[in-house]
Amino acid sequence: MKGKVQALIKPIGIPRLIIVAFLGLLYVAAFFCKLPVNDLLNGHLVRVGMNGILVLAMVPAILSGIGPNFGIPVGIVCGLIGGLISIELDCYGANAFIVAALISIPLATVAGYLYGVLLNKVKGSEMMVGTYVGFSVVSLMCIAWLILPFTSMEIKWPIGRGLRTTISLAKRFDKILNAPFAIHIGKITIPTMLFVFFFAMCFVVWLFLNSKAGIAMKAVGQNSKFAIASGMNVDQNRMVSTILSTVLGAIGILVYAQSYGFFQLYTAPLMMAFAAVAAILIGGASSTNATIFHVILGTFLFQGLLVVALPVANVIVPKGNLSEVMRVVVQYGIILYALTKAGGGK
Amino acid sequence: MESKYILEMKNIKKDYFGNKVLKGINLKVEKGEIYALLGENGAGKSTLMNILFGMPVIHSTGGFEGEVCINGEKVNINSPQKAMELGIGMVHQEFMLIPGFNITENIKLNRETLKSNIFSKVLGESLKTLDTKDMEKDARVALDKLDMNIDEWARVAGLPVGYMQFIEIAREIDKLNVRVLVFDEPTAVLTESEADNLLDAMKKITDSGISIIFITHRLDEVMKVSNNITILRDGEMAATLKKEETNVMQLAELMVGRKIEGLTQKEESKEISSNQEIVLKTKNLRVGMPGEEVKGIDLEIYKGEIFGFGGLAGQGKIGIANGIMGLYPAIGEVYIENKLLKLESPIDALKNKLAFVSEDRRGVGLLLDESIDLNIAMTAMQVNDKFIYKFGFFTHKDSKGIRKHANEMIEKFDIRCTGPHQLTRRLSGGNQQKVCLARAITLEPNVLLVSEPTRGIDIGAKKLVLDVLKKLNAEFGMTIIITSSELGELRSICDRIAIITEGKLEGILRPGDSDVDFGLMMSGDYKKATRKEAN
Repeated sequence: MKGKVQALIKPIGIPRLIIVAFLGLLYVAAFFCKLPVNDLLNGHLVRVGMNGILVLAMVPAILSGIGPNFGIPVGIVCGLIGGLISIELDCYGANAFIVAALISIPLATVAGYLYGVLLNKVKGSEMMVGTYVGFSVVSLMCIAWLILPFTSMEIKWPIGRGLRTTISLAKRFDKILNAPFAIHIGKITIPTMLFVFFFAMCFVVWLFLNSKAGIAMKAVGQNSKFAIASGMNVDQNRMVSTILSTVLGAIGILVYAQSYGFFQLYTAPLMMAFAAVAAILIGGASSTNATIFHVILGTFLFQGLLVVALPVANVIVPKGNLSEVMRVVVQYGIILYALTKAGGGK
Repeated sequence: MESKYILEMKNIKKDYFGNKVLKGINLKVEKGEIYALLGENGAGKSTLMNILFGMPVIHSTGGFEGEVCINGEKVNINSPQKAMELGIGMVHQEFMLIPGFNITENIKLNRETLKSNIFSKVLGESLKTLDTKDMEKDARVALDKLDMNIDEWARVAGLPVGYMQFIEIAREIDKLNVRVLVFDEPTAVLTESEADNLLDAMKKITDSGISIIFITHRLDEVMKVSNNITILRDGEMAATLKKEETNVMQLAELMVGRKIEGLTQKEESKEISSNQEIVLKTKNLRVGMPGEEVKGIDLEIYKGEIFGFGGLAGQGKIGIANGIMGLYPAIGEVYIENKLLKLESPIDALKNKLAFVSEDRRGVGLLLDESIDLNIAMTAMQVNDKFIYKFGFFTHKDSKGIRKHANEMIEKFDIRCTGPHQLTRRLSGGNQQKVCLARAITLEPNVLLVSEPTRGIDIGAKKLVLDVLKKLNAEFGMTIIITSSELGELRSICDRIAIITEGKLEGILRPGDSDVDFGLMMSGDYKKATRKEAN
């Protein structure tokens, strides 16, 4: 019996169990605070699906030894450009989503390549450099959003030059994944297609990780000397992983946007990397090892904490925006905690 | 009471976790003499010196037996500070100098002469001003003792290596109370003329009454300067001799000796004739492996033989296999079966059917956080597309095939593990080595290069590893190239053994050749000795 329990606990790890317990406690607290638990749960499920792929984008980067990809805004920006072009081309519905993805993937490939060139030159400090690459790209795009020659009135400010800060997708591909085949159980809605898409992406990444190239990538990340001695090209493998991560970032933001209902330009993508990093780390990944399981568990726990903790904290501490401050403290606290735990799920 | 001996070490015994490394060593150093300490790597020289310096590594592993006397008085040296107070100094092998400081500052580091100033009177010692003039004077005296006419205010960065060694010595003799100086292989990095200068300087130092313990493996230098010579072998005193009573040949023989560790010498080595097929040939191979530089090797290795590379640590034997496998920058030519091999390209070496078991097992040889089965399959998967399903452009690993192969290997090599899924990090050194070997053999190589196959593994595993190598050679005709620091091991399985000294080939011996030849070659005195004989 004891052995069985241990075998069950081991892959999850004690820290995860504590967080799961805490999440459960929050739900119970929400119930006693007379908050609409079913709404919270719906929000929770949707946010898992919409954030999952951005978290998944961390996996190749971590496994190839680059560490959590703090430069994911590079991919996010590519996804946004793809989305905007699909609107500019006047596409609607599923069409618009597919066009957006098809445009953003080659963009992200090129951007990921350039980012990979940079990362290969700064081995050992990828996390720091990546963070600032993310900041720089977002800032650079702030200028670009002002001068890019889009003409669609949905994208442009009605007066003057430049693009809007938030662009509604209501007419385009809002909830294109959330709505179809959604299953309603009582007051709870399960966004079926969103999950199907998320798990499909997880499966694709899993397939890649078990291909010859994926295994080489893992070997490079774990021991570059071993990889060299086995005839692998370290830089090339890191490049592949950076491109893959950037492309996933681009697709991730499209999924995020269709669920959210808006594109957010300018400084909105600035901090998105941190939420994704926090999620995978809370799921048990370390800066050197990550699995698909870590992605799913981590996204579930992290988004759950955010969704449930805020309203509960609001009820308990009604003064001002303390709960928002708490959210920030919790989010960065988790990143800090997780980064100090190089051992990951042990 | 003034004793005749400035330093006595009596019946020193030391073990690391039951592994005896010193088995009763006696040293008696007279005032003002040069006392030479000889021995192969691992003979116990550094352990003995660590005891003398009270290094923490000794005391954290249970201390030692025996006693140390300075000037006839028993002392308890429990820290390097204590050793310094007692006047024991050390000239390090690697230069412990601060490049950005000038010579005086380096010599007087942490022993500066100080002057008071206003601030120091209020705020204490550490704010005192340096008395530069006085320091320079002291430095000058020390440098003059060594006949160094270099300016004492020159910066250390950019000085030739030889000078740096002298500055270290100057730092030691500037310490007023110094009585015994240990020179740890001081000539290893010096050119011949620099080494001669150093030997002269050593004599001068002893003239001022300081005793020197001279650790080296260059026998001719020992004969030149030392008065008494002690040879260590496997933690035992092989002999203590007076210089007048011995010669280079005898020293060489004593140093190497015959080691019996359940390994018997190979009964008959295969006949090697020059018309045999050459499988691997090097022409002026130079490898820039830090600490194991190879400076031009010409060799021919025949098909189906077991070839050994021996020599002392740091002489370059390790660099050869690493260079051939493309792991370090290399120039020169390497031919595999008359085909020129691309250097600095591991994939090219692997594709030419070479396989390599690295001396750095945990650093290069293994993915410590992956399972045994993946470790074994990894290289073959990447190089030969083994264990891979192909679907057009896509590939997927053949988990079943990998598992099956791993199980076979585990049986074949008797890898002690909980199963093929176990992480290699959790295995013992010997079993890790077996995994490395299994990985190399999975490549089905024509030539297998193995570096330090038995380093840090127990005797049982050692024998198994060596037996496997012999078997591979006998059954599949695989050419095997072994690099090892353990001469006994090489002599037990090799057909021919090349001894590498100072990055060059000193000579090739058969396992049955005499201890004298092996000893002379390892110390780099073989060519000199034979030249003398010829004259």
